[in-house]
Amino acid sequence: MAEWLDDFLFTYETLIHALGIHGLLALSMYCVMALGQLSLGQAAFMGLGAYTGALLTLKLGLPFWLVLPISALVPALVALIIGGPTLRLSGVYLAIATIALGEVLRVLYINAESLTGGALGLSGIPQKASLGLVYGLLALCIAGFWAIGRSKIGRAMEAMREDEMAAGVMGVNLPLYKLGALVASAMLAGLAGSLAAHSNSFIGPNEYGFETAVTILSFALLGGIGTPIAPVVGAVVLTALPEVLRPLADFRLVINGLIIVLAVLFLPRGIVPFRLRRAP
Amino acid sequence: MLSQQLVNGLVLGSTYALFALGFTLIFGVLRVINLTYGFYFSVGAFVALWLARSFGASIWIALPLGSLAAGLVAVVVDGVLLTRLRRTKAGELPSLMVTLGAVLALYSLMAALIGTDIQRFPFGFVGSTALEFAGIRVSLVQMLIVGTAFVLVAVLFLLLQHTRLGLMIRALAENEDAARLMGINVDATVVAVSFLSGLLGGAAGVLIGLNFNAIQPFMGEAMMLRGFAVIIIGGLGDIRGALVAGILLGVLEVLTAGYLSSNAKEAVGFTILVLTLWFRPVGLFGRAQVKRA
Repeated sequence: MAEWLDDFLFTYETLIHALGIHGLLALSMYCVMALGQLSLGQAAFMGLGAYTGALLTLKLGLPFWLVLPISALVPALVALIIGGPTLRLSGVYLAIATIALGEVLRVLYINAESLTGGALGLSGIPQKASLGLVYGLLALCIAGFWAIGRSKIGRAMEAMREDEMAAGVMGVNLPLYKLGALVASAMLAGLAGSLAAHSNSFIGPNEYGFETAVTILSFALLGGIGTPIAPVVGAVVLTALPEVLRPLADFRLVINGLIIVLAVLFLPRGIVPFRLRRAP
Repeated sequence: MLSQQLVNGLVLGSTYALFALGFTLIFGVLRVINLTYGFYFSVGAFVALWLARSFGASIWIALPLGSLAAGLVAVVVDGVLLTRLRRTKAGELPSLMVTLGAVLALYSLMAALIGTDIQRFPFGFVGSTALEFAGIRVSLVQMLIVGTAFVLVAVLFLLLQHTRLGLMIRALAENEDAARLMGINVDATVVAVSFLSGLLGGAAGVLIGLNFNAIQPFMGEAMMLRGFAVIIIGGLGDIRGALVAGILLGVLEVLTAGYLSSNAKEAVGFTILVLTLWFRPVGLFGRAQVKRA
């Protein structure tokens, strides 16, 4: 490897890791938003994945190839429990139930001290998530979503986003698609959480709260949801931005919040407004 | 012991109900889950704190002025964020997302300007005397909270059912276009509803800040979990439901903490919320129709 590349990787390793993981999180947000649903539980699912992964590695010493799928399954199970009833109701119910999930989990992590380390969190998690793994998964997911987006399923998803009732009348199985998307997005967020835990070596209860949920939403809103690439671009911009704007560090969350407001009001298609092309 | 627990539950539940009133009112009328509501709560508490510290204001002055300030903030925030979306009939989810982004920005701005240290009301702001009868202790602040919660529910109920403004608000809640065609000034009614909900949020902020005596910018966020639970259990937009659900939640939490474990207390609200969604999504007193597709 060229020397400058080595230097570059060494200096920015944390940032590069974070970019990949945030890309995965942005895709997990895309997965529900592409159907016109709003889940604010991505941070909670990520936290579940992170805690599951970290505990399996630290307490049971399971191998990493086994830890990763399990840390995707646990959030999927929780998504089934809270998604089941809410998806039959109007969209706000899912949003409320998922925000509430994040809040309750945070308190539980803090209170279940013997297992989760309480407010101090868990540290000393071995660094097993290599850059290759993170970016390999990211590329795989983008390609997967791209293929799905161009298929019949993608058409159904876009139809639901534009007009749910019309899509239902056309024979799209609404509850199945909604639940499927929520579970897939929970799995993806859990996977990202587990990867984050195994690359930072530390996790704490306050990392998966309201701010993180809003930040993940802002990735997808800034990038747009026309193509699977768009939310990832949003994630890259919003993750790299604080590095560029160091002096504004205290106001980082203010800026994230404002980006959401401005994006919803004035830029409903995001900064990458293209749509997937399909064969006629 | 049980009776003291029940009284504590009633007080805690009244704080939850107080917090949820304005929240559920906004949804019931404007069809927006307005997450900036938690910010009005913090604003009310901070304005009252500032008045008490700088001018030695008593609770009888600080409470109304704090609520008033929160009401005005609510009108401005609602006008800036939601007018445009209301014009284009953008629906529930974009409105929810806008308020979500805004509340993060507002909290963070407040935290950056004021700091996140916990602040307290000056000593003796409210007398620390406690009444005691039949072995049950109730402090002055606690009575104030329960009293205010019930009075506000009654006033709100009368306002909605027996005044001209109430009629306009109910018409707007029913159908905006029809209300406009009937000659109702929809924009003014929207402002009135925002103001009312901010007022309620601010009052809740002052009283709850006083009860826990811990005021900091994110205090509204901490109440949100209970707020969500209460408005879902009581039924979205249902004012009586919010009162009953709030008290129910408070009593259950206190009993859980007393007889099971204090850790389990935190999960009570969320558990009932999920159960409500599974078995009775319309809430305690809700009518059958929920889905407005």
